[in-house]
Amino acid sequence: MTPAKKLILIFALFLGALYVDSPFQSKFNLRLGLDLAGGSHLVFEADTGKIAAEKKSLAITSLRNVIERRVNFFGISEPNVQTSNFEGHDRVMVELPGIKDTKQAQSIIGKTAQLVFMKVVDLPVEKNATPSSTLVPTDLTGADLAESSVVFDRNTDKPAVSISFTQAGADKFEKITGENVGKKVAIVLDNELVSAPVVQEKIAGGQAQITGNFSLDEAKNLSIQLNAGALPVPVSLVEERTVGATLGAESIAKSVKAGAIGLIMVVFFMFLVYGKLGLVADIGLVVFGVLTLALYKLIPVVVTLPGIAGFMLSVGMAVDSNILIFERFKEEKGKHITVADALEVSFGRAWDSIRDANIATLVTAFVLANPLDWNFLHTSGPVRGFAITLALGIGISLFTGIVVSRNLLRVLVKEKRK
Amino acid sequence: MIDWMKYRWLYLLISGMVIGAGIFGFGKWGLKYGIDFTGGTIIEYRFPDGQIKTFHETQEFSDPKVEQIRFESVGPSIGPDLVKKTVIALIMSASGILLWVAWRFKSFKFGLSAVLGMFHDSFVLIGSFALLGHFYGAEVDFLFVTSLLTILSFSVHDTIVNYDRVRELKKKVGGDLYNLANLATSETMARSINNSFTIIFMLLALILLGGETIKWFAVALLIGTVSGTYSSPFVSVAILVTWDKIEKKLKRR
Repeated sequence: MTPAKKLILIFALFLGALYVDSPFQSKFNLRLGLDLAGGSHLVFEADTGKIAAEKKSLAITSLRNVIERRVNFFGISEPNVQTSNFEGHDRVMVELPGIKDTKQAQSIIGKTAQLVFMKVVDLPVEKNATPSSTLVPTDLTGADLAESSVVFDRNTDKPAVSISFTQAGADKFEKITGENVGKKVAIVLDNELVSAPVVQEKIAGGQAQITGNFSLDEAKNLSIQLNAGALPVPVSLVEERTVGATLGAESIAKSVKAGAIGLIMVVFFMFLVYGKLGLVADIGLVVFGVLTLALYKLIPVVVTLPGIAGFMLSVGMAVDSNILIFERFKEEKGKHITVADALEVSFGRAWDSIRDANIATLVTAFVLANPLDWNFLHTSGPVRGFAITLALGIGISLFTGIVVSRNLLRVLVKEKRK
Repeated sequence: MIDWMKYRWLYLLISGMVIGAGIFGFGKWGLKYGIDFTGGTIIEYRFPDGQIKTFHETQEFSDPKVEQIRFESVGPSIGPDLVKKTVIALIMSASGILLWVAWRFKSFKFGLSAVLGMFHDSFVLIGSFALLGHFYGAEVDFLFVTSLLTILSFSVHDTIVNYDRVRELKKKVGGDLYNLANLATSETMARSINNSFTIIFMLLALILLGGETIKWFAVALLIGTVSGTYSSPFVSVAILVTWDKIEKKLKRR
């Protein structure tokens, strides 16, 4: 393929990328991280102390699933739930973009919501003592639930949670109510007594209602938790980062401004130092910017504030390949008959150092990005965002700094000689 | 040709003084650790006049226009993990780069000298932040850790470009490492400085216009860039040349 044909291909690629970048299409959108879009990042630590070692991983997986279900009930678009384990700390990281009421989110996600139905057994009364009773757990728990919803109690008009059991649960419920007619059955949530109604008659059909002293929000939260299932292990909140949407929008505006001004300075600098060759590098830089943004949208890369810094760094590095080649060209110019020969040699010679140097940078980017989810490395979103944009930048800059500018120069220099 | 390597003791002395100042600051004041390390809470409110104030506890304001724009709370168990994970990442990156350089240049000497240059830059950065923290309140946080790891790659980037020239000249011209290093340093100096300028432009724009959140992160990267540009010929290559000389002296005996 001739350089001119290659340039046409590159130009077609450029146009395609430009289309993806443009705001006129709605298919591809930039995904913004929490620090830019606003939202909440929560980390819960699981208390796995009471769980046998061999059951631990199962418990954590189910913990993750339950939390994911609860988050989904909460109605947030594109939430992210991840688990990590480091030196015995099992953690679940939850990212909730665009959330406003973080306190409610915390109480929904963080509550164990372990529901148990208990028999109330009277203790033998001793002389002069007040009668007392104890609670004995039955085998009917939150796990036997099919569905729950918020209703209003017919008598009191207060919010309550209605539950329907699975077939097995309905059978258990029928048996328990049958055995306890005239006695109390306690409904216990997370070791706290919610209510203890007196059973009037045996209840078949698997329907029940929990009437505690709920506010409407509490009833809604409980219903969500019951629907998603109880957490297999209790959790506690160890980290919270919430950024308001306005602050995020400001960060975007500032970074775009900083990026634009930095880019203009680099473009001028390259022209000042390398003249016409510098302009070729500048064209490469524009192609770099357009392709990078398109790839962010296509992959997609979640763009964070450190990610933008990573992108800006890679701009600085993108021209490095060109600087290496052009400096080489200054040396080679005198040694060869034609300019074209000198350029070819410069590209060839500079390639060794460009390759070796960029692979070394990729090593660090790999460790920071932690693509294999190793628990002994950072799993934090911002650090990874930075590393991914840096690594992508290196890859694309190799293409624009070498393939694009080389073919551009081959065509331009040839035209000149005619 | 400039005899760069003649003054290699001077370069190492300069580096020693810069790092010494950093160690002094580190010993006297330590680093100013952010909540990522210590645990705690930071809440930022924006007032109607545009002012942003930071608190460590939730505040009640009678003015409903006061807006909570940031809430960060970190438990005490996060910090120690952050330190351990950073050390692991540093060791992994450094050994990865050591192996890569040693393999590409078929010499352990080259690899170790490059890694020593990397550690030089890390010490410069940590020392600078001890001073910046004391005088300007720069905090060490998650992003600082990221910058610490990123400058490893900066540092080695320039070093490899210089090494590559040594490798090429060895085939073409030959001669002892001292002269090759001088020649390579002269030939790569313009490229090294020009490339640093383009990175410095981007980072300066970020520091001046990018906002508070990533200001110190960009400053850390800037320090790393400058230190990395300096350390490639004047630390890594200087150590390489010194090592080579000592080795030859020992062999002669």
